[in-house]
Amino acid sequence: MRFVDEYRDADKARALSAQIAALCEPGRQYKFMEVCGGHTHTIYKHGLEDYLPENITLVHGPGCPVCVIPMGRIDDAIHIARQPDVLMTSFGDMMRVPGSGGSFFDSNAEGTNIRMVYSPLDSLKLARQNPDRHVVFMGIGFETTAPSTAMTLLRAEQEGLENFSVFCNHVTIIPAIKAILDSPDLRLDGFLGPGHVSTVIGCRPYEFIARDYGKPLVVSGFEPLDILESVYRLLRQLAEGRSEVENQYTRVVPWQGNRTALDVIGRTMRLRPYFEWRGLGFISHSALRLRDEYARFDAERIFELPGLRVADPKSCQCGEVLKGVLKPWECKVFGTACTPETPIGTCMVSPEGACAAYYNFGRFNRERVKEASAP
Amino acid sequence: MCLAIPGEVVEILDDRPDLATVDVSGVRRRINIGLLGDDRPEPGEWVLIHVGFAMSTIDEQEARATLEFLENIGQSYADEIAALTESRID
Ligand code: SF4
Repeated sequence: MRFVDEYRDADKARALSAQIAALCEPGRQYKFMEVCGGHTHTIYKHGLEDYLPENITLVHGPGCPVCVIPMGRIDDAIHIARQPDVLMTSFGDMMRVPGSGGSFFDSNAEGTNIRMVYSPLDSLKLARQNPDRHVVFMGIGFETTAPSTAMTLLRAEQEGLENFSVFCNHVTIIPAIKAILDSPDLRLDGFLGPGHVSTVIGCRPYEFIARDYGKPLVVSGFEPLDILESVYRLLRQLAEGRSEVENQYTRVVPWQGNRTALDVIGRTMRLRPYFEWRGLGFISHSALRLRDEYARFDAERIFELPGLRVADPKSCQCGEVLKGVLKPWECKVFGTACTPETPIGTCMVSPEGACAAYYNFGRFNRERVKEASAP
Repeated sequence: MCLAIPGEVVEILDDRPDLATVDVSGVRRRINIGLLGDDRPEPGEWVLIHVGFAMSTIDEQEARATLEFLENIGQSYADEIAALTESRID
């Protein structure tokens, strides 16, 4: 374990670290999954695994929305961008995600004009300003982001805009967690629940994890101390033989979630029967599409899309990384063929992706692991 | 886009109660506060902002701690502020 002097709250961190060590049963291995990419980022940035006893492993989960978009959806978006008079817009994080024929940036080099926006409302404004173009917003993100797209749709409807639509790729976190729980590859002891998703969905939807699967879950904030405290709370539950949902991030997350946000999602979107996640395959009821009442704003119905399923490149092991089965550095192309500048898989694109976070910050840890596994 | 960033509410617009001007690390932009429902912030209060929408109100202490944390994470926060600077919500 490393000393924690560099922390602002070094004393607290040291105390937590000691409490964590005291709760670990000697000889037992603990695996906790941090569902959210924001947590992954903090863990690598601050080398948090080095503050934990060796028998605790933090495993990265599927909670990076950029990472889970399959290649075929990127290809579909580029197909839309190529249509006459279309102005495609997207969050900047998506621009480098590889499709089968390249990324949005590559596509722009070949003549499309896929523009980065900060907010779906910026896309809406572009639609107002460009009445002779059809402006499409590529909606991605979990329940944190879906309400923003939903509010934007309601606004477009209210204004009677006819040249705006959404290419909806919003995904929902619970089915992904369930898919991981049902997968035979991984034995987990508990979860760090995503902080920002939970501001919208609240803590209730996780209860089945504690009840039916007997795994504790602690909704966690994003600072190093939040994560250490959440790990401590998971261990305490295990030591006391409990499996419950706890909320460590009460400063921001209300137990009930955000009614208004859930309402606007419900008014404009409904669950798809199934959706493909990069690396995880098809997961039922795991994504949102626009309701029939909003068909005129639905890029999937306005444009005829190829909708092809494209297999991930053979060298890419993002699926294993997203399921937490492999650590980033165990992928054969990590840091060689696959880097943030030349990503092969999505986990290397977003700063929340496990591979990018690890590439940027994780060297210390990697060396330690190498040493540990050296003969 | 995955970040949620704290901003101080500077002004609620009279003619557009769904919009507020916020100050994020010195950048003043408009955001939408419609998702807060009845929990409407007053000028001087802090909100957590994600892709142009306030997601929740937070107290000042939490806002300052989060800002300090974000300023330390480096490039992703710089990218987020750069994106916000380009934003023109109305
Ligand atoms: S190194 Fe690249 S290809 Fe390998 S898992 Fe990470 S993102 Fe995917």
